Amino acid sequence: MIDLDRLCRAEWGHLLSSLIRAFGDFDVAEEALQEAFSAAVVEWAEAAPNNPVAWLYGTARHRAIDRIRHRKRSQALLAELAPFDERHLQSMIHDDAVPDERLRLIFTCCHPALAEEARVALTLRTLGGLTTEEIAHAFLVPTSTMAQRLVRAKSKIREAAIPYSIPEATDLPERLSAVMAVLYLIFNEGYAAAQGSELQRRALCREAIELTRLLRTLLQVRLGHAPAEVDSLLALMLLHDARRETRVAADGELVLLEEQDRSRWDRAELEEGCALVYAALERSRPGTYALEAAIAAVHAESASAEATDWAQIAGLYARLLELYPSPVVALNRAVAVAMADGCDAGLALVDALEQALDGYHLWHAARADLLRRLGRRDQAIASYQRARALAHNASELRFLARRLAELGAEASVS
Amino acid sequence: MKYLLLIYDTEKRWENGYEKMELAEYGAFAKEFSAQILGGHALKPTATATTVRVRDGKRLTTDGPFAETKEQLGGYYLVEAADLDEALGIAAKIPGARYGSIEVRPLLIFA
Repeated sequence: MIDLDRLCRAEWGHLLSSLIRAFGDFDVAEEALQEAFSAAVVEWAEAAPNNPVAWLYGTARHRAIDRIRHRKRSQALLAELAPFDERHLQSMIHDDAVPDERLRLIFTCCHPALAEEARVALTLRTLGGLTTEEIAHAFLVPTSTMAQRLVRAKSKIREAAIPYSIPEATDLPERLSAVMAVLYLIFNEGYAAAQGSELQRRALCREAIELTRLLRTLLQVRLGHAPAEVDSLLALMLLHDARRETRVAADGELVLLEEQDRSRWDRAELEEGCALVYAALERSRPGTYALEAAIAAVHAESASAEATDWAQIAGLYARLLELYPSPVVALNRAVAVAMADGCDAGLALVDALEQALDGYHLWHAARADLLRRLGRRDQAIASYQRARALAHNASELRFLARRLAELGAEASVS
Repeated sequence: MKYLLLIYDTEKRWENGYEKMELAEYGAFAKEFSAQILGGHALKPTATATTVRVRDGKRLTTDGPFAETKEQLGGYYLVEAADLDEALGIAAKIPGARYGSIEVRPLLIFA
């Protein structure tokens, strides 16, 4: 008995990419593939085919041709399609394999000419095989909104002729970084989202990791190797994902890195992540993903928060700040400096960021934490209260309330 | 596919004419892409623009461009390109892209 749901999840992007390449149209390909899976539910109940993937591909192709025939301009289109289609048919007859065109599809879905939210949705739908409902749930928008977003993106691809191709060598670095940005956005939506159910967010993290693995494999096949930044991005995701179970306590409370149960970190993910980032660091000058992954790797390999090499982490943040000058990165560096050189040194750096981060709850929370450790209770309470007024995430809010209670502040004050 | 490349820029920069260097760059650009460029022109500044509307059969003529914007339409090229990537590649080579921005629009062809 073949598990069709699993097969769909595993093969959707592969089959769809090949169909889009053959027919040059997202909608025709997607509808035909959906019909093929529906047909499989009925027909495989009696006898499953020897090669399910080839069966699905063949069936979808026939459906796609039917659809195109029914279209107004069918004659002209069919004539255009004939050479492509024959080539695919030939390759299927010869090696029974469906051509893998997913690398092209990734670059199309993550094309900078599409709006960022459309890139994310399209990548999850076409490569990840998530349904429109699933994506809508994950991003907390109505299904109709998400459906419309996908329709608009596909329409722009068609109308503006966004190509279905791997960019030229000169454009590849820029386009590849656009692809990586989309994958990291998907991961972060799952990892750090302010809202949404845990289950849906976890699915997004897994999807982002799988898609990054896929990108890496496809680039290896195509270029002989994956650029070091792709390895670093995968490492970064794995190193964060390894800590997922310990970030939130059973009662839903947020657990800070220094208080997390390190024995429950996912060893396999940590080891894979560390190996990837160290190899990447040896291969080339580190980019932002490599530096962030290196920071995560230092944490991963420390037995406890106290045993952490904070000076090294502060140094890595300083390098990251050079590549990516952002007040949030500067805040992280300040916190690391506080751990390495003392709270006074850290607080001076934190205070210097007031103008840029006064509206950011984590700036107030970090400042409050340093004041608390310095024994400046009243100031710490005022900062925690300011952080709480700006925070949205329920578990962050509870965490801040707990800290305030520990300092003996009135619970009702906000 | 045909694309219109609309060159937007702060017209202060060229309202008294283009610099020789920049004109030479436009010349070189037109030469490099002569096979793809179907047409194109520079426009006189928006101070020379007039807008016409017809409402209820009556013509309304006003001074100035359709909308006041930070950057003004200063010229255009009509190009033939295989796909958006090729069109974007050409657009990025227009000298004005370094100062202002180029809007790339596919032409709607009525069959």
